[in-house]
Amino acid sequence: MTDQQIIELINSSLAEEFEYQGGMTPETSLFEEMGLDSLDVVDLVIVLETAFDMKIREEEAIRSIRTLGDIHKFVIAKKRQTESA
Amino acid sequence: MLSRRVVITGMGVISPFGRGIESLMDGLLKGRSGVVQVPELAAIKGMRTRVAALATGVDPMEIPRKFRRSMSSMSVYATLACQDAARMAGIGEELLGSGRLGVSIGSTTGSPQTMQDFFQDFNKDNSLERMKSTLFFHIMNHSCASNVAQVLGVTGRILAPAAACSTSCQAVGYAAEMIAMGRQELMLCGGADEFHPLTSGTFDIMNAASTSFNDSPTSTPRPFDRDRDGIVCGEGSGMLLLESLDSALLRGADILAEISGFATNSDPASIANPDAAAISACMQLALSDAGVQPDQVDYVNAHATATEQGDIAECEAISRIFGHGAPVSSLKGHLGHAMAASGTLELAACIEMIRQELLIPTLNLDQIDPRCANVTHVQGIMKRPVQTVLKNNFALGGVNSSIILRRYQK
Repeated sequence: MTDQQIIELINSSLAEEFEYQGGMTPETSLFEEMGLDSLDVVDLVIVLETAFDMKIREEEAIRSIRTLGDIHKFVIAKKRQTESA
Repeated sequence: MLSRRVVITGMGVISPFGRGIESLMDGLLKGRSGVVQVPELAAIKGMRTRVAALATGVDPMEIPRKFRRSMSSMSVYATLACQDAARMAGIGEELLGSGRLGVSIGSTTGSPQTMQDFFQDFNKDNSLERMKSTLFFHIMNHSCASNVAQVLGVTGRILAPAAACSTSCQAVGYAAEMIAMGRQELMLCGGADEFHPLTSGTFDIMNAASTSFNDSPTSTPRPFDRDRDGIVCGEGSGMLLLESLDSALLRGADILAEISGFATNSDPASIANPDAAAISACMQLALSDAGVQPDQVDYVNAHATATEQGDIAECEAISRIFGHGAPVSSLKGHLGHAMAASGTLELAACIEMIRQELLIPTLNLDQIDPRCANVTHVQGIMKRPVQTVLKNNFALGGVNSSIILRRYQK
């Protein structure tokens, strides 16, 4: 997958799961703008794991994610890491 | 007898006829049936019944995602019905969040559909890795009560009775007692259930589900009828807003009716089969609670689900107390059996029967079973003043419940 395809899949998966219809940019805040809370973050991990067939629940970096851009960077890095392994 | 008078000032229903008391009464008064064929039942091995009474007119998207994510269908039904009941009663955010208003809302179980979905996925690889954070809120026994309280901002007590088909009758009775004791001023109370093949299967396996009318669904169930062949499962929700008479008068609320008596008892003779003596005892306790004599009762709204054992036992019990006095009908012919919701769906209709001064007949009762001929059946709409109603509900597990409803008089 290209970086753009990864970003598009992340955005569409999250928009569907959280019924978010607003604009989605790398700066979009998961909490303030998309309205996610602690329960949603648990489900966000499951959505990403399912969409990209990877395990990220125990990743320390997940805890510092605040924006859509943070997720894009995290998943792209994770995918590249898996591909090169 | 209830130590403080308790009145009803709001109603909300989700039934096979749609959302709202007007749709419910329209269907009942026109003698319509809410029973339909359910093709998915045919795909289940061992399932012989193919019909059910499914709720209509519901749009779950009305409920914001943040609340809806913790709901299965039954909580959606409960929430919409409670919103309607609160609106009818003129109850706003301030009172809902005052701590003076509580909820007493039950269902037969937590969501069977959510349980099925979870275990289907879990059993693939014995994994919890795909389990959503909100799963528990769908399957906990107090799912409907808690979800309603979250959406409406209720800060008072939460009670979540669970007694299958007696659930909502108990929920109303316990709510009335809580108000009478002065623990709460107002209560949103009732029941909700969602249709799932497991419910139909439970009765089918006991040979208590209707199986002979799969090709003519509106002909079943047939309470008290010679050709009845069992229960048709349904779904929906019925909710009432109860409050102390003092509270209603102070608010200037429109009083719909009064709850004047309640009783519930256990029948340890059998976990499955109803017993006329226990049913009769329950009705006597309710009459005594209300201080009402049998000849003062204008109508008995029967539980009557169209099973042979249930209908005959209930008629025997009613006959012992009322003889051919108070007319009797069951609304299961129209609505099927909405399980935990059936009590309050039917109570809501009883309130309207008092207000509209008429009695609704039993649908599909064409030829009375001679063993049910010991009471007076309502077989056509009867126009007459209705002051006092006795409402029955009985449940698997040996749980009987009866409520006495009265026209409000100062």
